[in-house]
Amino acid sequence: MAFKTDYKAVAGLGSAREGTGHYISQRITAIALIFLGPMFMIPFVRALGAGHEAVLATYSHPFHALIAFGFIIVGFRHLRLGVQVVIEDYVHGEATRMVAIITNALLWRGLAVAGAFAIAKIALTA
Amino acid sequence: MATPDPSNRPLSPHLSVYRWELGMTMSIFHRATGMGMALTGILLVWWFLSAAISPSYFAFVDGILTSWVGLVVMTVSLWAFWYHFFNGVRHLRWDYGKNLGVHGANRSGWYVVILSFGFAIGTIWLA
Repeated sequence: MAFKTDYKAVAGLGSAREGTGHYISQRITAIALIFLGPMFMIPFVRALGAGHEAVLATYSHPFHALIAFGFIIVGFRHLRLGVQVVIEDYVHGEATRMVAIITNALLWRGLAVAGAFAIAKIALTA
Repeated sequence: MATPDPSNRPLSPHLSVYRWELGMTMSIFHRATGMGMALTGILLVWWFLSAAISPSYFAFVDGILTSWVGLVVMTVSLWAFWYHFFNGVRHLRWDYGKNLGVHGANRSGWYVVILSFGFAIGTIWLA
C-alpha cells in the first residue's frame, strides 16, 4: 500500500467519461420534443377513447404516424437518460445500482422498439 | 483551540433555517412528472400495441385507459407533460445562461405553473 501512488488507488473508479454525451443528448432530445411533443399530444388525446377504427384512421396517416414514431423514439431516449440520472442519485450499492442502470438501459429501448413497431404496423397495414 | 467542543458546532446543511421556495417545489415536480410520464409511457406503448394486435384487445386496453381511474391517470399525465415541457424550456434557458437570478427564476417558475394548467385544459378542450 505504501508504494501505491494516489493515481493507482483511484484508477478505474472515476467517471465513465460519457457525462458530456449524456448531457448533450438529454438536451438535443429535449429540443426535438418541444416540436414532437405537442404535435403528438393533440391527435393522441383525440384518438384516445374514440374507438379502434378512429385510431387506425389517425395513425395510418403518414404525418401522424411519423410524428408518433419520432415521439416514441426520441421520447424514450430522453426518458431513459432522465431515469438514469434519478437511479444514479438514489440507488446505492454497486451491484444494485449496476442492475438498475442496465435494466433501465434495456427496458426503455425495448419499449421504444415495441411502440415504434406497433405504429409502423398500423401505418403500413391499416 | 486545541480541543474544540464538537457538540457546540453548527451542523451543515442547516435545513431548518431555509425558507421553502418555489424553485425547490418546481425542481421536485420536474423529476416527479418525468418519472410519472415514464410509467405513462409504458401504458402508451401497451395502447399502441393493442391497436396493432386486434380490435377486441384494443377495446380492452382502451377501456382501461378511459375508465374512471384511467382518465384520472391520463389527465394528470397530460398536465405532467405540459409542466415538464415548460419547465424543460425554463431549464434550457438556464443552460444558455439566461434568467438565472432569483427574481427571474421565480417569475418564470410561476409562468410555468400557470402555462402548465392552461395548456392541459386547452389540450382537452381542443381535442
